[in-house]
Amino acid sequence: MEVQLENLTKYFGKVLAVDNLNLEIKDGEFVALLGPSGCGKTTTLLMVAGIYKPTKGYVKFNGQAVNHLLPKDRDIGMVFQSYALYPHMTVYENLTFPLKLKKVPAEEMRRKAQRIADMLGIGELMDRKPGQLSGGQQQRVALGRALIKEPKLLLFDEPLSNLDARLRLAMRGEIKRLQMSLGITSIYVTHDQVEAMTMADRIAVLNKGQLQAYAPPEELYDRPRTLFVAGFIGNPPMNLFEMELYQEDDHYKLRHPDLSLAIPDSRKPRRQPSGRRVIVGLRPEDISIGPEGEIESEIYMVEPLGRDDIITCKIGEIKVQTVVDSRLGYRIGDKVRISFNMEKVQLYDPQTELSLLWA
Amino acid sequence: MATEAAIYKAVPRPSLWERIRTSSAPWVFMAPATVMIFLFFFLPVVLTIYISMTNMSVATFGKVVFIGLQNYIRMLKSRWTVKILTNTGFYVLTTLSCFNVGLALILSLLTTHINERVGTLFRTLWLLPRITPSVIYALLWIWVTADAPYGIVNQFLSPFGIEPRNWMNAQPWLVVIMANGFVGASFGMIIFTSAIKSIPEDYIRAAMVDGASTLQRIRYVILPMIRWPILFVLTYQTLSLLTSFEYILLLTDGGPGFYRTEVWALHAYHRALSNYFGNVQFGYGAALAAVLVVIGIIASILYLRVFRFNELVAEPKIEAL
Repeated sequence: MEVQLENLTKYFGKVLAVDNLNLEIKDGEFVALLGPSGCGKTTTLLMVAGIYKPTKGYVKFNGQAVNHLLPKDRDIGMVFQSYALYPHMTVYENLTFPLKLKKVPAEEMRRKAQRIADMLGIGELMDRKPGQLSGGQQQRVALGRALIKEPKLLLFDEPLSNLDARLRLAMRGEIKRLQMSLGITSIYVTHDQVEAMTMADRIAVLNKGQLQAYAPPEELYDRPRTLFVAGFIGNPPMNLFEMELYQEDDHYKLRHPDLSLAIPDSRKPRRQPSGRRVIVGLRPEDISIGPEGEIESEIYMVEPLGRDDIITCKIGEIKVQTVVDSRLGYRIGDKVRISFNMEKVQLYDPQTELSLLWA
Repeated sequence: MATEAAIYKAVPRPSLWERIRTSSAPWVFMAPATVMIFLFFFLPVVLTIYISMTNMSVATFGKVVFIGLQNYIRMLKSRWTVKILTNTGFYVLTTLSCFNVGLALILSLLTTHINERVGTLFRTLWLLPRITPSVIYALLWIWVTADAPYGIVNQFLSPFGIEPRNWMNAQPWLVVIMANGFVGASFGMIIFTSAIKSIPEDYIRAAMVDGASTLQRIRYVILPMIRWPILFVLTYQTLSLLTSFEYILLLTDGGPGFYRTEVWALHAYHRALSNYFGNVQFGYGAALAAVLVVIGIIASILYLRVFRFNELVAEPKIEAL
């Protein structure tokens, strides 16, 4: 099923939760709504589900506005962060609840429940109550309940947030594989960028109710169009610092009391910034430490991660983070030379917070 | 410093005084409540049972005589006992099911499914009779059901072709049960409302997505999840209805006619405290009251057993997220 959100707006009293959102989701696509808490992603999902009514704008399924449809008539399945399994029902009753409401014959109900349970590996838990299940098992039952009525659209509201790290990793792969094999259009709300990056075909980044970007994961990472996306996607985050942009002999250059840089032609700004100052962005992996580096700096902080260390270097007032092999054994206070891979530089206008490189 | 030294010494082996102090702490904390329960709950029961075995009355005040079970035997022989017992059962069951639980459930479900402010306002208004003095509330009912051709009920119903009548005499049970029920429902309404509101939003959303209509949501999700509060209200209100009589006293005083709406608690009151002067039978009244205590205890034990109250007290049944 195709989903279109047109000028979707939601106010809670005077508080604007979702601001004129436009989004198109193709049939069978897996789209993640990504953003910090309070960005309006869950509100958007609940409007798609029909639990919240939009203040303005439309939710369209296959081109048909469904604003007036009740959730039960929308042919959707939903998985909640809390799982929301009915505590007074057994696993079997939970799984078959949507079918029972549809008055599906008992025999068919049993067959479908068995198939779903086998698919999710919860077949032997049918007689248990949710309280007797582990978090991962509850998650599977919740997934099964969403899938059993063969919905045209699957909605996920941070389904993995309550699981421990290892289980989350496993379920991430499982949900993705399941979605691909069933081909059900899916909207997945998360604040975890790794989840969004690894699972989604396209990611819609939201901030303060507004759509910041809507693109496939690689594009979002390589060509962030807004400062928010640049800073939000990536871990450790992109280094962002202010410099002055100027032109010399047809070349663009950047200067700062502590640092001067040259911008290669491949990264020539396509737009002029509103002032002379710009925000320069460089990902940690595009900064390297080594004797051939042309910039002198001092190590300010070392955060060991095991395989790698996150190293914060100080160049005068500017601090940048990079990731290096922990076996190199850098220490706080070491004087090192670093170099920037300027072929990967990002430039942003501090006023509009828009990229100067990507339209 | 002295205390520090004392603590230091107490660590290897607490002194006798320390041990007494620690072990007696729970008793000391429990003492005020224990004394209250003893003085105001336990002692009255003992006194009641004692008095019920005497012939104490205004006439016999000077020479109270222990007469054993004679008051109880008299009760068994009385031709009114069955009538009053039936009345009590009818009154308790009807008020309980139609109002204290039934209407309370309907009110709490309605007011939690409409606009929150309107709901709260409605519930606040419904509490008014409970905070109104009983006498004034009863007086309002007396006026509402005033003799034909007066009374709001008559004024209201006559346009529909219903003949004016003395409602209090024509339908005494209806008036008594409604007057009690409207007040009684507010207790359950508050308990149920808070229980419904404490159901995590996700369950309701899940049910909506799963395809449940409003009524199906109530039946399959909300009601099972507030099962324990319902059982609590059922139990608590049974006991309080068994002993309540003030509205009946004020409205019909057990009438009209002979014992038409007389319930057990009211009968005990009539016998013990409101007979004609010279025949105020404390002993017999106490015997009636003692029977009520026994009925209450049996009902409590039954409820405790049937509904497994221990579980209700042990852990919250609405599971947290």
